[in-house]
Amino acid sequence: MDLDTLLLSRIQFATNISFHILFPTITIGLGWFLVFFRVRYLQTREHAWEEAYYFWTKVFALSFALGVVSGITMSFQFGTNWPGFMEKTGNISGPLLGYEVLTAFFLEAGFLGIMLFGRGRVSERVHLIATLLVASGTTLSAFWILSLNSWLQTPAGYEIVNGEFFAADWFAIVFNPSFPYRLAHKLLAATLTASFLVAGLSAWQLLKGCATDGTHKALRAAVFAAAIAIPLQFFVGDLHGLNTLKHQPAKIAAMEAVWETEKGAALTLFGIPDEKTGTTHYAVKVPKLGSLILTHEWDGELQGIAEFPNAHPPVAPVFFAFRVMVGVASLMLLVALWGVWKLWPQRRNAQLALPRPLLWALAGMTFSGWLATLAGWYVTEIGRQPFMVYGLLRTADLATTVAPPYVALTLAAYLMVYGLLLVTYVGVLKYMAEHPVHPAPEAPHGELGKAGV
Amino acid sequence: MSWSEFLPLFFMAVMGLTLLAYVVLDGYDLGVGLLLPLGTDEQKDTMIASIGPFWDANETWLVLGVGVLLIAFPKAHGLVLQALYLPAALMLIGLILRGVAFDFRAKAPAPYKPFWNRAFFTGSLMASAAQGWMLGSYITGFDHGGLGWLFSMGIAITLPASYLLLGAGWLIMKAEGDLQQRAVRWARRGLWPMGVALLAISAATPLVNASVFDKWFGMPQLFALLPVPLVCAAAFFAVRWVVMRPALIGAGYGWLVFGNTVLIFVLAFFGLAYSIFPHIVIGKLTLWEAAAATHSLTVNFIGVAITLPVIIGYTVFMYRVFWGKAHPLTYN
Repeated sequence: MDLDTLLLSRIQFATNISFHILFPTITIGLGWFLVFFRVRYLQTREHAWEEAYYFWTKVFALSFALGVVSGITMSFQFGTNWPGFMEKTGNISGPLLGYEVLTAFFLEAGFLGIMLFGRGRVSERVHLIATLLVASGTTLSAFWILSLNSWLQTPAGYEIVNGEFFAADWFAIVFNPSFPYRLAHKLLAATLTASFLVAGLSAWQLLKGCATDGTHKALRAAVFAAAIAIPLQFFVGDLHGLNTLKHQPAKIAAMEAVWETEKGAALTLFGIPDEKTGTTHYAVKVPKLGSLILTHEWDGELQGIAEFPNAHPPVAPVFFAFRVMVGVASLMLLVALWGVWKLWPQRRNAQLALPRPLLWALAGMTFSGWLATLAGWYVTEIGRQPFMVYGLLRTADLATTVAPPYVALTLAAYLMVYGLLLVTYVGVLKYMAEHPVHPAPEAPHGELGKAGV
Repeated sequence: MSWSEFLPLFFMAVMGLTLLAYVVLDGYDLGVGLLLPLGTDEQKDTMIASIGPFWDANETWLVLGVGVLLIAFPKAHGLVLQALYLPAALMLIGLILRGVAFDFRAKAPAPYKPFWNRAFFTGSLMASAAQGWMLGSYITGFDHGGLGWLFSMGIAITLPASYLLLGAGWLIMKAEGDLQQRAVRWARRGLWPMGVALLAISAATPLVNASVFDKWFGMPQLFALLPVPLVCAAAFFAVRWVVMRPALIGAGYGWLVFGNTVLIFVLAFFGLAYSIFPHIVIGKLTLWEAAAATHSLTVNFIGVAITLPVIIGYTVFMYRVFWGKAHPLTYN
């Protein structure tokens, strides 16, 4: 394998997007937790809700900052590393990205300042609205970027003239065939990621004896949110799978390592796919189940890899990533149910008394959302290869012409910076959890006033 | 002018104004970052607190600027950003360091704070020098010869110097007591290097680019354009006048430093825009050649026409909320 510009660009883009996606996945979910904490505080005036809000606002700010700076990097990399992409699809991807910046970026960035530092300077109502707008902004951002990503997977509403894409029907472009499933799947993934982060870090605080009153509130809210979201996620994931089978059969063939087209295909629980021989070594199979899950029929037909010569994704990474995602999700389901089982009888207690094994399980799964999200992302993105726009435009034709050493140099720099930031981020979360600041009861509005000149 | 001719022009204007907004707004953030090592530990906190609520929204103007380049001029987007591959990466890493240092310095364990303070300064320096380099490289039409290199180098020093003055002006407005007095001294020291550098760059630009020379030094435009350098010089001496008289700052005229620096930025910007127009990549592409399909531009036109006033509206609201002297930022 040559370390050429294309491969390096791919690695660089994958590195950037993998790093970037970690943080929006948290903030999209966490934003709504903050809205909930804030509303509960305004309703009950219980100090504990305020504590939960304070603590998680800080985590939000930290995650948001990392998401913003890596997001800016992404917006530049379209041009620096994939110039052909914008030249060919600019008429369609441009407006979608444009609307993201105009409607979402500014909204979240503008009101974040007021949400973080505005208390005492604005009324409680304005502050709540700011929190609400920040949460809405992050969600709106997901709407646009997933619309674009879905369009790349299931293009619709376009015309091609001289190899360049033109928009024919904007409604069909935005609401393309896979978009509703992808959006729902992502929003639930964000909810789960944030839920397990909140529950995990809170469990850690309980284990280490540094919990505040707010910890109990946050833990309970997070476990219940996870318990609601995870079954929904399985349901949406199933619908998403049906949709993918319809529009991207090669991706499904790779996910399941189905080599030849067959009816009543078995489900491969585990194995090691070998693309050279077109077989799966050490396969553990359940007869008929593959067809049943994917087509909802015992004898449904699954197309095999062999049907897509030169136009199917690499099998092994997609196959393994899919199993990691489903495996982590199953673990989430079990832990969430266990949590609800223990929490339900205590739902009116201010202080929770939970068994240590459960707390350890939750703490151990603090970053499980990240794992599942990344794995899912690889399934969908590697599964789209070798195309940038599915079936129409090949990734290999769009890469930059910048010399390989440049790409290698910047890749090394990004890897270093991202590594440092990831370690620091996790370290700081742990430090913050173990050294919670007990906030003073909130100053009534106007006490700080419009201080200064 | 037909609709399809007007739209690229409109987006060129939006992109220009967006980048101007970025340079002024994030310019003072970066300037404060460059000045950070000069403050005491306590003053560092106040300096960062003075930009804390704003920087995120300020930085978003850059995303919009690149966004407009990407959505309205997709053919130029790839060309420009590939030519600026390394400085763009340098700027991005600088912005990453600066952006995360805001949070990490306040939340990480105390012994790490000096490290993140340094990261804040380093990031600001990297980002502003890289932006200067990119601008210089852009003006020379990506000329990688000796003269082009020298010119880019010149702007890579000038832009941070200008940001520095902007940052000092911002601190004069937002700080009190010793920090404010220090900011005045910083402005005093930064003033001449910036002035000389700006003058040198203005003189060099027509020399490295022949078409710019013709645009400025033909008749009658020479006289029509004369107010640009004259007002620039007046603004420069207005800044000097204020920073040399502490009594004026005490009397509440400190904002003149920031205001006049912004004026210099605005004039330099219009001078530059005039020099370049109608090209988007100098000597290679005009804005009409680089524009996206009219239909796509129309879709974006609607979005910009509706959202931009709203964005400006709530940006003004945000600045009003945090009006006045900076206070230590706490979440409590």
